Amino acid sequence: MATAHLTVDRAEKFRIVCGILDRHGYRPSGLIPILQAIQREYQYLPEEVLTFVATSLDLPPARVFGVATFYAHFALEQKGKHVIRICDGTACHVKQSLPILNAIHGELGTSEKQKTSIDALFTVETVACLGACGLAPVVVVDEQVYGGMTPERAVALVNEIKMQEIAGDAQAAAAAVNGELHVH
Amino acid sequence: MKELTQPTLTIDGKTVLIEGERNLLELVRKAEIDLPTFCYHSELSVYGACRLCLVQVEGRGIMGACSTPPEPGLKILTTTQEIREIRRIAVELLLANHDQQCPTCARSANCQLQILAQRLGIRKVRFKPVHAPVPIDESSPSLVRDPNKCVLCGDCVRMCSEIQGIGAIDFAHRGHDVCVTPAFGKQLGDVECVNCGQCASVCPTGALTPKSEVDEVWSLLADPEQKVVVQVAPAVRVGLGECFGLKPGDITTGQIAGALRRLGFDQVYDTSFAADLTVIEEGTEFLKRKQEGRKLPMFTSCCPGWVKYAEQYFPDLLPNLSTCRSPQAMFGSLIKAMAPEQLKVDRKNVKVVAIMPCTAKKFEAQRPELGVDGDPDVDHVLTTQELAHMIQSAGLIFNSLETESFDMPYGFYTGAGVIFGNSGGVMEAVLRYAGEKLKGGKLDRIDFQEIRGESGMREASITVDNTELKLAVVHGLRNARVVAEQVRAGKCGYDLIEVMACPGGCIGGAGQPVSTNHNARALRTKGLYEADKMLQLHKSQDNVVVTECYAKFLGDIGGEKAHHLLHTSYQSRHRIVDEVLPLMQARGSRKNKVSVCLGTNCYLKGSQEVLKTLLYHVQATGLDNQIDVRAAFCMDECECGPNAIVDGEHIHDCLAANVIEILENHVENEDKREK
Repeated sequence: MATAHLTVDRAEKFRIVCGILDRHGYRPSGLIPILQAIQREYQYLPEEVLTFVATSLDLPPARVFGVATFYAHFALEQKGKHVIRICDGTACHVKQSLPILNAIHGELGTSEKQKTSIDALFTVETVACLGACGLAPVVVVDEQVYGGMTPERAVALVNEIKMQEIAGDAQAAAAAVNGELHVH
Repeated sequence: MKELTQPTLTIDGKTVLIEGERNLLELVRKAEIDLPTFCYHSELSVYGACRLCLVQVEGRGIMGACSTPPEPGLKILTTTQEIREIRRIAVELLLANHDQQCPTCARSANCQLQILAQRLGIRKVRFKPVHAPVPIDESSPSLVRDPNKCVLCGDCVRMCSEIQGIGAIDFAHRGHDVCVTPAFGKQLGDVECVNCGQCASVCPTGALTPKSEVDEVWSLLADPEQKVVVQVAPAVRVGLGECFGLKPGDITTGQIAGALRRLGFDQVYDTSFAADLTVIEEGTEFLKRKQEGRKLPMFTSCCPGWVKYAEQYFPDLLPNLSTCRSPQAMFGSLIKAMAPEQLKVDRKNVKVVAIMPCTAKKFEAQRPELGVDGDPDVDHVLTTQELAHMIQSAGLIFNSLETESFDMPYGFYTGAGVIFGNSGGVMEAVLRYAGEKLKGGKLDRIDFQEIRGESGMREASITVDNTELKLAVVHGLRNARVVAEQVRAGKCGYDLIEVMACPGGCIGGAGQPVSTNHNARALRTKGLYEADKMLQLHKSQDNVVVTECYAKFLGDIGGEKAHHLLHTSYQSRHRIVDEVLPLMQARGSRKNKVSVCLGTNCYLKGSQEVLKTLLYHVQATGLDNQIDVRAAFCMDECECGPNAIVDGEHIHDCLAANVIEILENHVENEDKREK
């Protein structure tokens, strides 16, 4: 069932991309807002979509790639379902943010280079400052902020999310089996 | 009184007149001071990144000369202690991250970074490299890209987009990580690069260089089994001398013939002969089209950069390209076809080497259609620079070589073949032939001054015997794009359009010696016109060897055998390889596959709407779990777009309704098959 959802999603997203291009009148000057809107849909900028955008705006793909890689805001790789941001600004760094980062990397098998876990559930990033220095060291999972973190708590948090995902999958699988039975 | 009204400024205490210069750098150079720079080229936009052309402007401080407009009364110092220090540090920092294996670099002794380090007296680099080495990109048949030697001046980027209108490479990433790269970090051979190599001709270092085939050619020459035939393109004779201290435009035809013989080539011929042949075939083709009034305007097809560009960007105009092969290709095809008979050797033991001013010719030589059963008609292409390397490596003192002549018969040529190397030269050569054909007698002139010149877009109208010929000559692919778009829109009434990718034509090719002489192209152009003047014959139809070739081997002009050996066909071409966008994915084993092309050409013809309607339909009918839908980026059938493919069945000129109907048939068949 998961794949079926994904395909409907893709087709729908393609229509949305066409809509975004329509809204910006296919003007090359609108490239940055177009990329922002596309990233909102896909959570990142897939290469094929960038090629499509380049073709539609009559820009060389290398130029679009250049713009997309210039801004830290744009991601060119698919992110995991959950994004974990560990603050490594001065305050958090002093309060031992690096051991937290290392603990999470250790737990998820991620690294500085391989930011997304193999099961595509998590992406681990560092940020320079989240502006919540009073809570240092800070970890943000998706939109939720966790202050006064320790390596142990971070690992526990990650495992908790994992358990929820497994439980969710089992439910979805059950639903899928029922769905299949229903169809036949 | 005149002196009083003329604006001036002072440079290092010397008064200099301002005469329309665009920036201080041009003025400083006029004052005979060679201010160093990496990123300034008069034909490209001002970038102001390298910070080497800094000058002290009194009352304003230190400024980049390239990006400061001249103003009367400015007092400028070009070298102060402070500026000298800044320049030194800038070059030192560049050197720190530069691959410093200078002795083995293709650009050694001709590298601006090396020259500047010497000029500025840098004996030690105080800074440590911070970049890890990255792989060298050798994917292109024409160019080698070594990012470890890049100084980020951006000359290549601006050349590719501003002059060639392509933009195959650009800056990517930011700050410390900035690099110049093709899209998505792909290799140059996998993107829309047309191999013109103009990037390499402006690269100040060895980050972009023509790909060398020198070693392969040495091996051929050392093989006693092989008969190695060499052809030399017209533009080589006015460029090669620059590698040996001669002036651009100095004609060295005789020394080249001598050198090639000394290097061990068995037959030393001239591509100008094949250019004469091209004139006859192309001129005949043009007159036929003109008489029939179809497939006009006709574009020339000698330039391999332009041909690939047209295949990628103007597939709908491919029928307008002359079907004539380029002189290089005609030469190879003819020699290899005649070899068994004339040279008494098997085809497999004849090797053709071409000396070209061009890097794109290396790509052309590898086109599968320009060969027989996988054996290419031209085995290796050496650039002018590579020939210079071979001559140097053999220890030949080029300037002292006795002048010799090319071998007969295919070393015999007319001036029409020689001027092929200049922008406007192919056009002029064709006119010298077509004009006489139209008139049915001798023309009273040879030169067509109205189509000569430096401008990148020129047009002329010539009337011969009541027939008016409207002509256009363009160089630089960005200009070619402008003209091709007018043709596409039906907005111009040209009969014949000559396109050369490189500025100035082949004489400005990227295989020519890298020159810092701003006047080099103009001098080489003049050299070729002089070479034409020195010959007795100026019209291809007067080339007796060409006439004999038709009589004894080729048959009729434009006839079946000539067509087989001297003409070719074109195919539309992907810009980027392997790019598809999956939109719906069938699950399970049962599936039908649909792809719709969203490449530029199909896109312009409305394929996006086709795809959208198709997606709606598939979802609405609940077929989305058994159909794969993808967007493709070029199916190489642009002339009949919009294109779609349903389970391997190609649908041309498709509407959403066709695609849906055909898809439903396929689904139905699948249903039946399953039952």
